[in-house]
Amino acid sequence: MDQTSRFTSLQTGSLVLLRLLIGWHFLYEGVIKLYSPSWTAKGYLLSASFMESFFRWMASDAIIPIIDTLNIGALLLVGFSLIIGFKTNWASIIGIGLLLLYYLAHPPFPGYPQGPSEGSYWLVNKNLIEAAALFVIYLFPTQYAFGLAKLFAKQKTVLTNPIN
Amino acid sequence: MATDKNLFKGFSRREWLKILGGIPIFGAVWTAGFRSNEKALSERNLLLETLNIKASAPPASGPMTGEPLRVGLIGFGIRGEQLMRSLGFASTEWIDDMAKSAAENPDDKRLAEFQAQESLNVKLTAICDIFDVRAKKALKSFNTKENPCKRYKTHLELFNSGEVDAVIIATPDHWHAPMAIAAIEAGLHVYVEKPMTHTIQETYDLREACRKNPDIKFAVGHQHRQTQSFLTAQDAIAKNTLGHVSLVVTATNRNDDNGAWQYDIHPDASTETIDWDAFLGTAPQIPFNAEHFFRWRKWWAYGSGLSGDLLTHDYDRINCVLKMGIPKYITGSGGVYTHRDGRNVPDVMQINMDFPEFSTGTSQTPGKEKGMTLVYSATLGNQFDRGTILMGHDASMELGNMVTIYADPRSTKYKDLIKENRVDPSVPIYQYDPSANGVDAVTSATAKYFANKGLLWTYRDGKRVDSTFLHLREWMSCIRNGGNPSCGITEGFEEAITAHMGGLSYKIGRRIEWDAENEQIIALPGENLDEILLNNDDVFIS
Repeated sequence: MDQTSRFTSLQTGSLVLLRLLIGWHFLYEGVIKLYSPSWTAKGYLLSASFMESFFRWMASDAIIPIIDTLNIGALLLVGFSLIIGFKTNWASIIGIGLLLLYYLAHPPFPGYPQGPSEGSYWLVNKNLIEAAALFVIYLFPTQYAFGLAKLFAKQKTVLTNPIN
Repeated sequence: MATDKNLFKGFSRREWLKILGGIPIFGAVWTAGFRSNEKALSERNLLLETLNIKASAPPASGPMTGEPLRVGLIGFGIRGEQLMRSLGFASTEWIDDMAKSAAENPDDKRLAEFQAQESLNVKLTAICDIFDVRAKKALKSFNTKENPCKRYKTHLELFNSGEVDAVIIATPDHWHAPMAIAAIEAGLHVYVEKPMTHTIQETYDLREACRKNPDIKFAVGHQHRQTQSFLTAQDAIAKNTLGHVSLVVTATNRNDDNGAWQYDIHPDASTETIDWDAFLGTAPQIPFNAEHFFRWRKWWAYGSGLSGDLLTHDYDRINCVLKMGIPKYITGSGGVYTHRDGRNVPDVMQINMDFPEFSTGTSQTPGKEKGMTLVYSATLGNQFDRGTILMGHDASMELGNMVTIYADPRSTKYKDLIKENRVDPSVPIYQYDPSANGVDAVTSATAKYFANKGLLWTYRDGKRVDSTFLHLREWMSCIRNGGNPSCGITEGFEEAITAHMGGLSYKIGRRIEWDAENEQIIALPGENLDEILLNNDDVFIS
């Protein structure tokens, strides 16, 4: 990446906005699940149409409480991190991992049952798009432009990052 | 300390905004999520408190301790084998097949579930099957050192052997009552498959035998009474959640040979291996016919078609929840339409049962609270799942493994709640899922999708338990610990009379009336209803 070229504040701002929106989405999903005592991913996992044995293992009685807790924890953590602007690289990777799991359990592959869905998809669905957007967030870290990270690494960012 | 000072040094107000700007966003999203859930929960709890339906599983039957109960089986056919597995006895062939199947498909848990099933503390001491192949198969699997099991040539020899305390009867319908009565008179407890009887007269005779022997525990094989959701449904009815129920619709839909009773004919079947006279009993005396032996459900001489075989299950399900008893009128229609293979029981059948005086309560002005029709609709040519729906003035209930209640848009009871947008008639106001931790008033489309696919069930204590096992266990608990089976002689009497009225209406083409006061099906002068019911000559093919 050309270290000298600088992003305009609008370009940086739009990346920050994308990060905040994704963080917002993750956080809200996490909070809703956290406060719904009967929520479980069991049904979603049991009805997986791809890599069934793996997802069924995740849904088994012994494993599912751990999976549910991890899922809620990861959603909250990714949401917190992306919104606050701290360790967003790690958060992006975890977020991509979560989204790919959601994607693979019910992939919009031709010939596969679509399952519950509000739209029409072929190969690409919103989970995949959100994962791709998180990859952008990973490649263009904006936490030094807007976020708590700025507090700890002011000098470093100026020198190494085109975005600030 | 020095580092800290450097850290916070030199930030402008604008930069501080960029550093801490995420915090209020985080707070706002968290609060919004928390409040939204709190509101949904309190609305839901308010609705659930208003409805006050008690969601509970049926009480577990008592302990299976003490001396092992000695059980005899009559009829080791398809159903007999299933009943024996529920009792804890699987044939070696079945175990081998299931082990193979589980090796090929790790998701096939049938063998593991059978092995994990609770022991009912039973000795299977006696078997009677008039087909040598089946009797030998049973002995080969069950006659062991720990469980000596003997074959008896006739059911009477078995009853009088002194080797059994209780018998399970899984024979063709025309043998149900004669065997049950003989067993009761021999002092044995009886579990008989449905329909309880094959003729009207037998229904009275069997009830009389039970009345004369009050210590005998008698159960009819309507295992769905063990379904967890039914107690919840009963409570919803008791709380008048639905208002005046005017219509109940229930259905049987099947579309395969097995469902149409086209069972396999065993290649070794002959007069050498089958005691044909014993099979016929009081049925018309015809020469040996292997198809009649294996596919007896297709003829009125031995079976009772849709009205006895499958209507009885659906009728009893509703009777278990509503306790409406025998209908005042029954009108039936149908014919042999989808399987023109020589059978004389219908394969498409509609039965309307009318209860003009029955009431589930009302929320309306007096005078609108009585009268109900139960429609049973069946075809063996399509398997679309139509479910069971109880339709009341105030709400509709979908009754299955789950109980789901929808308010009616024109309900009197929920009028205000609907007006205030607190109840949406298109969203369930109540849902009971025996596998979930609690009850829910509002279920998302997604959750419903999963539940309808049967994916969300867990069963009692987290174990999948089959209802036949629970039904047999309940019967055995009554024998050991006292109490009465949930489907005993009273319920069996109502089931059998209703089925026979259905069969009669289909055959005569007339509305059949029940005289509740005299406990009689009303016959026209000169009519012998049992003769009509058993008549094997009429086949209605359009």
